[in-house]
Amino acid sequence: MPVALTQVVASISLPLSTVRNLVYLVAIIGFILALKGLGSPKYARQGNQLGAAAAILAVAITFTLPSLRHADKNLILALVAIVLGAAIAVPVARKVRMTAMPQLVAVFNGVGGGAAALISIIELLHLHSLGLKPAVYVTAEVLLGVLIGAVSFSGSAIAFIKLQELITGRPITYPGQQVINGIVGVAIAALIVVSLVTGNIAFVYILLVLALILGVIFVLPIGGADVPVLISLLNSFTGLAVAASGFVLDNDLLIVAGTLVGASGIILTRLMSSAMGRSLPNILFSAFGSVITATGGEEGDASRPVRTGTPEDVGVLLAYARKVVIIPGYGLAVAQAQHTVRELADALMARGVEVFFAIHPVAGRMPGHMNVLLAEANVPYDELKEMDEANPEMSTADVALVVGANDTVNPAALATPGSPIFGMPIIHADEAENIVFLKRSMRPGFAGIDNELLYDPKTTMLFGDAKDTLTKLVAAVAEA
Amino acid sequence: MIGLLTVHVVAAPDYTGIVGYLTVFVLAAFVGIEVVSKVPSILHTPLMSGSNAIHGIVLVGALTIMGEAHGTPQLVLGFLAVFLATLNIVGGFVVTDRMLEMFKGKPNERMKPKGGEPGPGASA
Repeated sequence: MPVALTQVVASISLPLSTVRNLVYLVAIIGFILALKGLGSPKYARQGNQLGAAAAILAVAITFTLPSLRHADKNLILALVAIVLGAAIAVPVARKVRMTAMPQLVAVFNGVGGGAAALISIIELLHLHSLGLKPAVYVTAEVLLGVLIGAVSFSGSAIAFIKLQELITGRPITYPGQQVINGIVGVAIAALIVVSLVTGNIAFVYILLVLALILGVIFVLPIGGADVPVLISLLNSFTGLAVAASGFVLDNDLLIVAGTLVGASGIILTRLMSSAMGRSLPNILFSAFGSVITATGGEEGDASRPVRTGTPEDVGVLLAYARKVVIIPGYGLAVAQAQHTVRELADALMARGVEVFFAIHPVAGRMPGHMNVLLAEANVPYDELKEMDEANPEMSTADVALVVGANDTVNPAALATPGSPIFGMPIIHADEAENIVFLKRSMRPGFAGIDNELLYDPKTTMLFGDAKDTLTKLVAAVAEA
Repeated sequence: MIGLLTVHVVAAPDYTGIVGYLTVFVLAAFVGIEVVSKVPSILHTPLMSGSNAIHGIVLVGALTIMGEAHGTPQLVLGFLAVFLATLNIVGGFVVTDRMLEMFKGKPNERMKPKGGEPGPGASA
């Protein structure tokens, strides 16, 4: 019996390259299941862990490549780069605040695009150093990999800088912008054609530089509020760049993984833009040639009266309400007040007040971002209502408590056709009996426009840090 | 006729590989679209972050190219490619896991962490 088994094993013994490809196939299945799992709250975490396991397996089996099996400087450099990369990535990923998540995703996305572009360049250098003239389709794959990867790299870098607020979040426009973008676009197209015809390797470097420029000028005119949609699009680009690397290296794993991300990123981008009530071209190109009609300056319109309340008054209002809807925004996250707002919700519910959170799809700096932040504070799902679910209930609410949100409740999105946010679905805070805004100041929101609702007679303003104010409200509710 | 055909086939470059890869590409695109088209908006952030981690598998490509690299320029670029790809894949999976860890709380367990105590995984 053992002899027979050995014979069977021997007779089906496969060449190592086939084993490697089979392991890659297992990893492909892992990635598809991972993406599928990420689509439901219940299996999302397992899905991600499955994806990580598939990735580890695929990377490990790659070291069986003949070229990586002997301890020369290639292997050592590769190992050093991995250790270095992991040593930087793990602490950063573990320590970053949840509010800074969009920036971090932008960074990790950009470096992936950069890696894909580099792979294409190295392969071309490698073929040339061997004296081989690559087939036209190989050159095309290389050029596409460099183009998409480099655009993703520099575009993500600018998106990071915008989200980190190192430069203004508003659209950056300058005279002749369309002309310049057009010239760069045409130059890239021409360059690709020339490279394909001549097969001259030097053109790749020019393409690299132009693609990096394209990434920058593509992202600059996109407003800060739209950057999350942009990151999703760039994520998709990186996926396609990785797929191009797969074509260059004849690697099915890279083709499938890259294409999965590329396709799903495009779908996700569309879902997000429809959540904002806008088309993708509108998000990407609306700043071109249009004048942003921002009424009010940095501090809003100081001459108009607003009603300012005290935490004590509002505490009583909340404590004796029947139904309170909390509408959180990015200001809540900035103040790290997600735990305090949960305390307030608990205190109100203990008194028999009906409380739920109304979550706008783009609350925070990323679609779904607010759900992550409130989940961090252990707010259960059933108290979170998505916009479509929450809006029919707004007219029966006694108090709409808007915590650090602004654009997502701005009626201008419905009523003012010239407004930059016109067409974005909003949470109808204006339909509630009373509206309470917790805000730092009268400054407009991320979109940079004034909010009529702040001046509404039903509105009470509580100025100050959201966390401080919420703490005072919890105390006031306890005493009421 | 057969002779002509044979001559033609020998003279043309071999496109078998590329067509196979294109087939894989197209099928994968359909799978990708199918898999994410019904994701609820509460999971958009983790999904974006998770798919971001998946394209970190470009590390496999970076390692493959690193094995073939000859000469200083290729080695330097290869080192950079492996380093960047590692940032992508490791950072991507770790940050997604941290995000999803927060989603696991069940409605009735919420009263356990008292006061403003951060949930598990939060290290602010």
